[in-house]
Amino acid sequence: MEVRAGEAVAVIGANGAGKSTLLKSIAGLLPSRPDAITFAGEPIGGLPAHAVAARGIALVPEGRGLFASLSVEENLLIGGQLNRPGPWNLSSIYDLFPVLGERHAMPSTALSGGQQQMAAIARGLMANPKLLLCDEISLGLAPIVVRDIYTRLPTILSAGISLVLVEQDVVQALKAVQRVYCLQEGRVALAGAAKDLTRETIAAAYFGV
Amino acid sequence: MTDWINVILQGVLVGGLYAMFAAGLSLIFGVMRLVNIAHGDLIVLAAYLALVATQTLGIGPLVSLLIVVPLMAAVGYALQRLILNRTLGEDLLPPLLVTFGLSVIIQNGLLALFTADDRKLQAGAIEVATVRLFEGVYVGLLPLLQFAVAVAVIAALQFVFYRTALGRAFRATADSPEVARLMGLDNRHVFALAMALSLAVVAIAGVFLAIRADFDPSIGPARLIFGFEAVIIGGLGSLWGTFAGGLVLGVAQAIGAHINPGWQILAGHIAFLVILAVRPEGLFAKGRA
Amino acid sequence: MNVHVTFASRSSRAGMALCAVAFVALIAAPAWGGRDDLQLLSEMYCYVALASLWNLLAGYAGLVSVGQQAYVGLGAYILFAFAILAGMPPLAAIALAGIISAAVAVPVSGLVFRLRGHYFAIGTWIVAEVFRLTASQVSVLGGGSGTSLPAALIIAIAPSRQLRDFIEYWVALALVGAVLLLIVLLLRSRYGLALKAIRDSELAATCNGIDVRRTKILVYIVTAGAAAMIGAFIFLQRLRISPDAAFSVNDWTAFVIFITVIGGIGRIEGPIVGTIVFFALRQTLADLGTFYLLMLGAVAIAVMLAAPKGIWGLVVEKLGWQIFPLERRVIADGSTVAGNAAKT
Ligand SMILES: Nc1ncnc2c1ncn2[C@@H]1O[C@H](COP(=O)(O)OP(=O)(O)OP(=O)(O)O)[C@@H](O)[C@H]1O
Ligand SMILES: [Mg+2]
Repeated sequence: MEVRAGEAVAVIGANGAGKSTLLKSIAGLLPSRPDAITFAGEPIGGLPAHAVAARGIALVPEGRGLFASLSVEENLLIGGQLNRPGPWNLSSIYDLFPVLGERHAMPSTALSGGQQQMAAIARGLMANPKLLLCDEISLGLAPIVVRDIYTRLPTILSAGISLVLVEQDVVQALKAVQRVYCLQEGRVALAGAAKDLTRETIAAAYFGV
Repeated sequence: MTDWINVILQGVLVGGLYAMFAAGLSLIFGVMRLVNIAHGDLIVLAAYLALVATQTLGIGPLVSLLIVVPLMAAVGYALQRLILNRTLGEDLLPPLLVTFGLSVIIQNGLLALFTADDRKLQAGAIEVATVRLFEGVYVGLLPLLQFAVAVAVIAALQFVFYRTALGRAFRATADSPEVARLMGLDNRHVFALAMALSLAVVAIAGVFLAIRADFDPSIGPARLIFGFEAVIIGGLGSLWGTFAGGLVLGVAQAIGAHINPGWQILAGHIAFLVILAVRPEGLFAKGRA
Repeated sequence: MNVHVTFASRSSRAGMALCAVAFVALIAAPAWGGRDDLQLLSEMYCYVALASLWNLLAGYAGLVSVGQQAYVGLGAYILFAFAILAGMPPLAAIALAGIISAAVAVPVSGLVFRLRGHYFAIGTWIVAEVFRLTASQVSVLGGGSGTSLPAALIIAIAPSRQLRDFIEYWVALALVGAVLLLIVLLLRSRYGLALKAIRDSELAATCNGIDVRRTKILVYIVTAGAAAMIGAFIFLQRLRISPDAAFSVNDWTAFVIFITVIGGIGRIEGPIVGTIVFFALRQTLADLGTFYLLMLGAVAIAVMLAAPKGIWGLVVEKLGWQIFPLERRVIADGSTVAGNAAKT
């Protein structure tokens, strides 16, 4: 499995297929063999999460994981606390997600579900990562809210970062990416360009029929 | 009447010291859910460090803070990195047992080095200087200074916790260590910084304790208990609440001592237990803990 | 198929046989040991008993108390009070100390059970401090400096010193035997299953209809009464009492916790193994003053970090031994079907 610079890739699969496990392993939250994961030509599998983050990989965790006792803006500042150079800072984030700017002083728990997801993505961007990993952005959100968030993805990608989207909502994900991996029981069951995949081949890989 | 005003005033001033005992305790509990049983013994350790510094360098106790505070902070950082980080987790027994072990080690180590004799730091003329507040009510300059330092320490901690990047890192790590790691925060380092800050406060408290009263290697556990009582009386999650808790404890002890000298500490414990029975979330809690 | 549940296993049968032999040898100790031996053994029994009780509290019921000195001291003071003020025979006063202390533990539990986790731990300690400071206000028992048992009461136990030594030794052995038996029976009763469920997952236990709170309070009260009897005995043997000694957090809680953790928490055998280590350290380092306490603290920290299940935990893991038959085993046609359903 690979992700090229500036590319958007989707990882899909049924519940329990191992999608979150894959992202956590890349981010260093779960241990893996040092050479199992390489980033920019270097093995990073053995690094702890904070060191992986310092190299420019940000994970937007499943369920958003905002810091409840911090305000919206403080959440963003924690995201940016590594001071990596790049396009994202508070003002460019507030341009992308104006609602966060309006509510920057609120406790993060006071945001709606969609706004919380925006804040989680924004917090990931504040690190100015080279690779952004998003775990189930659409989880528990109304379709209209999901669409709203997905309309920001092109702007994010235009800044030149790579993106990995883990999704259950296959249709939504396929529209946003160039390539797709389908996981099944921890293994890649299908890989290909997003436009080449048909509903049938995906269903086959999804359920292993 | 002035009699009682004096009693309460003395209680409030001692309460400032208790608030300092409590602040370090509540800081690390807030950040990493660790109750440090050796907290009181570390206060006594700081007192002995100040004793050695004043005796060998011929400096005053207040100047010795310049040495003792960074030294204790370094001890805190190392202690957390080398030992305490390995005890953190769901189970509360490992940190409890390990800090209990540290407590016994510090007590017996100090006993071996310094014997059980009473010691005291001499601060010179400032110890006897008094200030007249109004007719019949005098307070010592030293207790007043110590109280002012306690207020400053709490205010500084409040500032660090809510207004700085370090405080943000503390709160984020307390909320979710795992997500904080994703933001590049090494929680082992963050926890060690919290312990360093806690022991810096411990150092200040230890030096003032040593100027105020006699100390020996065995008095640590009682200081831990005073600090703990102040935290609970004040209510979790609020530094100014902790400060107020220290004052309540100090006043309760002063009133007890005024009625019967043998009742000083007992009165503090009783006040604590009564508050626990009628208002277990503390007097000044932000919300239920 | 014929299925039944049993507690015994081969190692436990061998273990119980060995225990029986050891027990007989220990009963006969006055025949082979000198006065010092008897005293050392009595002291060890007391620590085995206290550590076993703490193990029951913390290792099984999840009640990490650092205030057991409250009941050790209370029991001791009750014995001294009834002996000195009412002339009661000290051995009878031991039983009374247990009953009264258990009764005192009822309202105390109402207070400390408002606290959870760490707060429970330190809350119990503060209760012990209240007891200590109250004891030092009781001037008929010597206030802060304490008092001694009158010689007449001691002589009334038995006319000769040697016989007194023997009787006291057997009382200690009976006490530790009773405590261990009580714990084994408790763990094999329906409360035992409840305790194991609580230990594994308090939430799941609550959901399965186990009254967690009631079970915990019961354990708290029983251990309080038993600790008080041990405390009463310890100070009967010492003949002198003072608040600082009777309510010492280091002697009756810190060392007891170290012993339990070093030996193996959550196992009956742990406190016995831990006590042997504690006394071995003390006897070998006796010349260095309180240095052995420093060592004890260091060993406890090292064990907690390196082998959190303690020495006996390692033995069980590597060799699969268990001496006390506590594990329920399902037997079908005489052969073991499922062995490790509930680990002790
Ligand atoms: N490569 C693998 N090999 C073995 N087990 C795996 C592998 N990947 C994941 N698992 C296990 O599968 C379980 C589910 O994994 P995970 O949470 O990653 O699934 P998911 O695809 O994110 O599911 P969901 O859609 O519910 O979020 C976990 O217990 C994990 O340990
Ligand atoms: Mg998942």
